[in-house]
Amino acid sequence: MDFTFNEEQTMIQDQVEQFIQKEYDWETRQELSNSDLGFGANNWKIFAELGWLGIAISEDNGGFGGSSIETMLIMEEFGKGLVVEPFLETIVMSSGLLDQYGTDEQKSEVIGSVISGEMHLALAYAEPQSRFNLSDVVTEAKVDGRNFVINGFKSVVMNGPSANKFIISARTSGKQLDKKGISLFLVDSDVTGLTRTDYKTVDGRKASDLNLENVSVPSESLIGSLDEGFNILDESIDRSILAISAEAVGAMEVLYKTTVEYTKTREQFGTPIGKFQVLQHRMVDMFMEYEQCKSLLYMATMKNEEGAPDAKKAISGLKYQVGKAGKFVGQQAVQLHGGMGVTDELNVGHYFKRLTTIGTIFGNADFHLKQYTSL
Amino acid sequence: MDLTFSDSDLSFRKEVVSFLDNEYPTDIKEKQDKRIPLEKEEIIRWQKILHNKGWFAINWPTEFSGYKELSVTEKYILQEELAKANTPTTIPFGMGMCAPVIYSFGTEDQKEKHLPSILNSDIWWCQGYSEPGSGSDLASLKTKAELVDDKYIVNGTKTWTTLAQHADWIFCLVRTETTPIKQEGISFLLIDMSTPGIEVKPIITIDGSHEVNMVYLDNVEVPKENLIGEEGQGWNIAKFLLAHERSGIAGIAALKRELKRLKELSSEIPLGEGSLLEDSQFRSKIEETEIELTATEFTELRTLAAMSQGGSPGAESSILKIKGTELQQTISELFVEMLGYYAHPFYLENEIGSNETVGPDYAAPVMPHYLNYRKVSIYGGSNEIQRNVISKAILGL
Ligand SMILES: Cc1cc2nc3c(=O)[nH]c(=O)nc-3n(C[C@H](O)[C@H](O)[C@H](O)COP(=O)(O)OP(=O)(O)OC[C@H]3O[C@@H](n4cnc5c(N)ncnc54)[C@H](O)[C@@H]3O)c2cc1C
Ligand SMILES: Cc1cc2nc3c(=O)[nH]c(=O)nc-3n(C[C@H](O)[C@H](O)[C@H](O)COP(=O)(O)OP(=O)(O)OC[C@H]3O[C@@H](n4cnc5c(N)ncnc54)[C@H](O)[C@@H]3O)c2cc1C
Repeated sequence: MDFTFNEEQTMIQDQVEQFIQKEYDWETRQELSNSDLGFGANNWKIFAELGWLGIAISEDNGGFGGSSIETMLIMEEFGKGLVVEPFLETIVMSSGLLDQYGTDEQKSEVIGSVISGEMHLALAYAEPQSRFNLSDVVTEAKVDGRNFVINGFKSVVMNGPSANKFIISARTSGKQLDKKGISLFLVDSDVTGLTRTDYKTVDGRKASDLNLENVSVPSESLIGSLDEGFNILDESIDRSILAISAEAVGAMEVLYKTTVEYTKTREQFGTPIGKFQVLQHRMVDMFMEYEQCKSLLYMATMKNEEGAPDAKKAISGLKYQVGKAGKFVGQQAVQLHGGMGVTDELNVGHYFKRLTTIGTIFGNADFHLKQYTSL
Repeated sequence: MDLTFSDSDLSFRKEVVSFLDNEYPTDIKEKQDKRIPLEKEEIIRWQKILHNKGWFAINWPTEFSGYKELSVTEKYILQEELAKANTPTTIPFGMGMCAPVIYSFGTEDQKEKHLPSILNSDIWWCQGYSEPGSGSDLASLKTKAELVDDKYIVNGTKTWTTLAQHADWIFCLVRTETTPIKQEGISFLLIDMSTPGIEVKPIITIDGSHEVNMVYLDNVEVPKENLIGEEGQGWNIAKFLLAHERSGIAGIAALKRELKRLKELSSEIPLGEGSLLEDSQFRSKIEETEIELTATEFTELRTLAAMSQGGSPGAESSILKIKGTELQQTISELFVEMLGYYAHPFYLENEIGSNETVGPDYAAPVMPHYLNYRKVSIYGGSNEIQRNVISKAILGL
């Protein structure tokens, strides 16, 4: 048992922490979130220069061969700063998958540009009817000579507006809910027949709906083997759950600490409201929820890293806890700030909103409790 | 004990239903059904329609409203049908809050001046109690009103003032005297919002909407005759008002409608081979909410019945406030849960209902509503404060 980080990991953690402290104050974050792009193009360059974008990519493909521990540390710090740059979407969800399963051609076309910060990706897996079930896929890809023709619809594709390429799940055989028969395709965002509807999301980020009408892609666009895309997708989503849970842990830490500080200074009835025992106990509960999530995060991350047989179960347990705790911590942080908590001006409400979307993304608490039971 | 409605109650219900069929404007209904925020004009138009029927200020003594008196049961039926039809919530500040103060404590002149325009929805009121330093501890308020000749000179800052941007008048708690017991120096003052020295600044909330404001008062001159009751009586008046706000405080009828809607919509959301409503986890959350809602409904009915026998609503209204707002928040949360990813696309008020939104056509207002409703456990006396009230007043702690 060892819960300490090695030297490189500690260094990365410090680096990200310093970046947030120096370059990512609240006003900057809000400006970036409200800009057309929705994040800082310059920040993305900095991430590339500091090597963060390639940290978890294998050395064979030009990355640093780091583990999911580095990703966890980065994401936790990002959660503290409520960072809007699409690290989760481009790096964790998408490039990790190509690193492992992409063809040589796909890797050489994409991974270098991702690591250097020139290319953005997005993983398009959800559909209007699919809810959180990755194998519920109606979008269809049919063989047409040397090409595949894709028809269908993808919902709430995070980072859609900035993506140069999409990874799209489509059914190549089987029935709507079958795991077998799903294939993944690497598709240019400007391909004919793909229409994007872009919008903001409530957490200050951006997403798109994708309509795919006779989108014709060469057979080289297939990632992994035909009909065998589900496991690739599932693995990537598991890694993404670990990453987004780390982000949630960072956000919860900020919320409980901010709330404690606020209740020490806000006075009512001639005393700091932090003196009221009911609020003290509430904050103790917020703190404990945060600690419990952090424990599950470390446990699940290590199990996944080791390839433990119960890693998937651990990940669902983590996501369940993060969903529940994130809601509690977010709601109570708002409540204990009184009217201030519901203002757009204060950062507390924005952390609450991000924890709200994190609770849903990759499956809500109910979904993962059910997964946990079934595993 | 009897849970059945009498024949006359049943025919009253028919009358309400046919009134709604005939008089509820279709343009307003359409917006309401799509959860598009209403314009001031639309709210006023609807309030006038209710008033013409004698169903707006139903809790006023009939000598002031000129209405035919409704029984407790009839009021219950009316509220239930109005909510079922998804009619707009009436704005409480004039009709439900300021008017009862005026007809209970005001002079004949004040009654004559203000009650008719409130009844007709011609004058829009807002509530100026809270201040930056005085939220839960309202009695610590600092806005000062100094009597100079026959005018009060008012200085201070009010905050969280709901809909002040639309208001013609504001009723304020102000400090007219510095007293050892801070409650004793507070007075209740009516102020015309067009008086020089008043500035209203928007506060944007986490749902992106403009509902609350800062109201700055800088040497605002208020005629002495705008004082309600005596100087120093303001705190008692405010307490009277809290007790008066009992009926419908929990918003039960609207909650029943929303829960029903939640069931209908979730039964249309596919989940695997069935629907979301058939999912055991989601289903049991709905059932739990329904049981809690039924309990709260009957707690309210018991309170109303006791009051109609001459009892006074005490800390019971705190139970209704806590339970009602918790239910409002739970249901708003279940709507978000129901939508899954389609709760995330975010639109501002003026975009809701436009055809630019994605996902199911009812999706866009769901998240803003959830976010907006975090307020209900904070305002009107936070739920922590309400629990303090119950523990003191009922449990004797
Ligand atoms: C099965 C059992 C085994 C035990 N074994 C031992 C033993 O081996 N040796 C030993 O010395 N003692 C033992 N105890 C005693 C135990 O430590 C006491 O019961 C405990 O300290 C609580 O004291 P009390 O029972 O007097 O309750 P009280 O102190 O009277 O507390 C009553 C309630 O008030 C709450 N409360 C009290 N103060 C506060 C506060 N400041 N803020 C908020 N809430 C408060 C408590 O949490 C509790 O809910 C045992 C008790 C039990 C039930
Ligand atoms: C959307 C919205 C609309 C509003 N509209 C109006 C309006 O129209 N007019 C108006 O006058 N006001 C209005 N208010 C103000 C509202 O009444 C106050 O926000 C409320 O009284 C709480 O005060 P506060 O925000 O200063 O929080 P605080 O009083 O600072 O409370 C912060 C936290 O501490 C808790 N707390 C405080 N004291 C205690 C205690 N003794 N024991 C335990 N916990 C405690 C509170 O419950 C809360 O969780 C509105 C507020 C909101 C959010």
